[in-house]
Amino acid sequence: MSTAHQHQPSPPASPPEAAGPPASETFLNGLWKENPVFVQVLGTCPTMAITNSVRNALAMSVAVIFVLVCSNALVSLVRKTTPKEVRIAVFILIIATFVTVVDYAVKAVSIPIYQAMGPFIALIVVNCIILARAEAFAYKNGVFRSILDGFGMGFGFSIALLFMGSIREILGAGTLLGYPLFGANYQPWVIFLLPSGGFFTFAFWLLIFAWWRERKDKRAKATRPEAGQLEAAPQ
Amino acid sequence: MTASVQALTAEKPSSSLYIIGVLSIVSTICGIIIVFAYTSTALPIARNLAIITNEAVSQVVPGGQQNTIFAIQPGGEIKPVTGVGGSDPKLFAVYDGAGKLLGVAIEAAGSGYADLVSVMYAYSPERQAIIGFKLIDAKETPGLGDKIGTDPNFLANFNELEAKPANPGLAHPIQTVKHATKANPWEIDGISGATVSSNAVGRIINESAQKMVPLIERNLDQIRKGAS
Amino acid sequence: MAEPQRIFELYSSPHLKRPVSTDIIMRNVVMALAPVVAFSTYQFGVSALLLVLTGMTASVAAEFVFTRMSRRDNTLGDWSAAVTGLLLALTLPPGFPLWMAAVGGVISVALGKAVFGGLGVNIFNPALVGRAFLQATFPVAITTWTPAFVPGRFIETVPSTLAAPFMQPAPVADYVARAVDGFTGATPLALLKFQHIDTDNLRLLFGMTSGSAGETAALLILLCGAYLAVRRMLDWRIVAAVLGSVFIFSGAFYLAGHGKYPDPFFMLFSGGLMLGAVFMATDMVTSPTTPRGIWIYGVLIGAVTVVIRLKGGLPEGVMYAILLGNGVAPLIDTLTQPRIYGAPRKRLFPQKTAKQTEATK
Repeated sequence: MSTAHQHQPSPPASPPEAAGPPASETFLNGLWKENPVFVQVLGTCPTMAITNSVRNALAMSVAVIFVLVCSNALVSLVRKTTPKEVRIAVFILIIATFVTVVDYAVKAVSIPIYQAMGPFIALIVVNCIILARAEAFAYKNGVFRSILDGFGMGFGFSIALLFMGSIREILGAGTLLGYPLFGANYQPWVIFLLPSGGFFTFAFWLLIFAWWRERKDKRAKATRPEAGQLEAAPQ
Repeated sequence: MTASVQALTAEKPSSSLYIIGVLSIVSTICGIIIVFAYTSTALPIARNLAIITNEAVSQVVPGGQQNTIFAIQPGGEIKPVTGVGGSDPKLFAVYDGAGKLLGVAIEAAGSGYADLVSVMYAYSPERQAIIGFKLIDAKETPGLGDKIGTDPNFLANFNELEAKPANPGLAHPIQTVKHATKANPWEIDGISGATVSSNAVGRIINESAQKMVPLIERNLDQIRKGAS
Repeated sequence: MAEPQRIFELYSSPHLKRPVSTDIIMRNVVMALAPVVAFSTYQFGVSALLLVLTGMTASVAAEFVFTRMSRRDNTLGDWSAAVTGLLLALTLPPGFPLWMAAVGGVISVALGKAVFGGLGVNIFNPALVGRAFLQATFPVAITTWTPAFVPGRFIETVPSTLAAPFMQPAPVADYVARAVDGFTGATPLALLKFQHIDTDNLRLLFGMTSGSAGETAALLILLCGAYLAVRRMLDWRIVAAVLGSVFIFSGAFYLAGHGKYPDPFFMLFSGGLMLGAVFMATDMVTSPTTPRGIWIYGVLIGAVTVVIRLKGGLPEGVMYAILLGNGVAPLIDTLTQPRIYGAPRKRLFPQKTAKQTEATK
């Protein structure tokens, strides 16, 4: 049994600050190659719920980037002192704090946006992207890198939301950012504003991404047979 | 036996004291951040809420010059308050330049076809009728149910919708009837194709008015006087 | 393809006297639907005919594109895409804009069939998937009905029919106003639900009412279905189960409701029930295969239809009822598998045998 002397925190089995890939790659990873929504398929709940207009998608993106960057930074700061047993509790505490801050901030900026986002601001707490980055990245890396990762993943999330939001708003309302694109006589496709339209749009983008990756893998295999196989194998 | 278990869990568990210490420190930091955020946003939030409410009030009771907010106390009496904060339901009394009561705006909410429908309507004690209506927030089906906020025929119902107080509640319950079958001044002409949503509006207003109209009538003297 | 010369021809079971392949069945379905299309054209004019042609063209074109894209064999020859487009068009209002019908035809094939891997592995009736999509996408256009037997219907279309793609259809109020006495734009079910106006059952039987392009003539649809049933290309038990359960359930409501609910004959002959029961619920791919399962499936569809019509917010519920039935069909099939001859009786909640209990210890 442990004694009172055993104060040494069991630090995470952190590899010594790996020299690893260059910082730019940490950032770019989240943008495209490991896009949190279209590649990792995380955080699909806000992706479907908050993308019926580009404005809402933008607001959600800003909120998530803020929470992601701040929680990554703070988690990374306290990672050496946080014992493994309670790390999830600490992550959630930190994430919930910044979500509360965002909740106040959005209300202070604009009530209509706050109403449009409804319960989904509070639900950022359970957005798996944020917890996943805290656990998989910030808990194992330095502050600078964690912030960079937060921005990368956050922008990746934003790109996904904008992709979804623009298709849904253009088809569902005939507008982009509220500006009518096709004149007054445009027939809106109401389904794209409804939840089912969110699923259809999401499926459409997943299809595009899957197709694009398949093609890329095939090409890599064609040019460098062995390397291509290695690249395709992990994940 | 014990040896093998220890061998499996290579890392020794941290002590409880240490865990509690870390958790309290992190909680304190988080608490400080939240308090800081709350204090720095409290003012703009209150201002935004006031702007939104004022806009809605001036739409349901047009032509007002000044207004007073009354909070309804649990006992049924009312008292003037300065802001829209607080959890008590509110009445928004609107007066013209000369201080004459034009109408009282009331917030109400209930379930529609999809999610909550929240509305604001205005009651005029003088005409004993509902004289204004505005859809505050709803997630009804676009193209069908959302007509309750835009359909001119439907909105015209609320230019003069009888709400005669009686004891208790209203003399005639307000209700939505099928489109083009309105026969009485207390009936709302529904929207065909948006039956559920337009019925919901009737139900929400009726439920609220059954309570609020008698309450306004009881406290009419105080409301007429205004805040002063 | 040059096949090697055969001396013996050996076939395994089933030993069919004559080949009944998908394309023969589908061709017969098209033939059986021809009178319905003809009556629809007589009733609603050139708009209905254009609607049917557009739906079929769009579905067939989509089938062609998707089979090419997925590098599967070309399946246009089995006529199933044509049937899908035809059925979809028959469930749409006669004045439905053609471009929207084309969207529906493409969606029917894409989301109803192609994403599952083609005919035979789709879960839901493709035509109804398309209609459900259209209902959610264009809720106003799909509930804009025009009256039957409007003078001049053979020389000009309903104004909304020829709407420019992606643009709103023209209003039909003027067109509706031209209707001869006794014909209104609203469907019998909508009249009943929203205005409490009953429609004469005989008019319903002979299709003298407003409604979707091909759903009004109840008797004609039954006759066309009977042709298929006689040729064994349609399971009469599904039709019987659906119609029977609608009759029984709505009869119960009628008797208990003291005039609050319509009589069961009205329920049978109004709306899309006949078309749905005869031509859509009987879809061979999406209905159960076991004898008991077929009855459960039919009764379920009938019951859900009655509940949606009488208790729900929508005037018509056949489409959702059939889609729901399609969704549970695999489950019904699993639960009603007949016992293999000689095999021990299976329990729904198998008790652990002594051996298994021992094994878990």
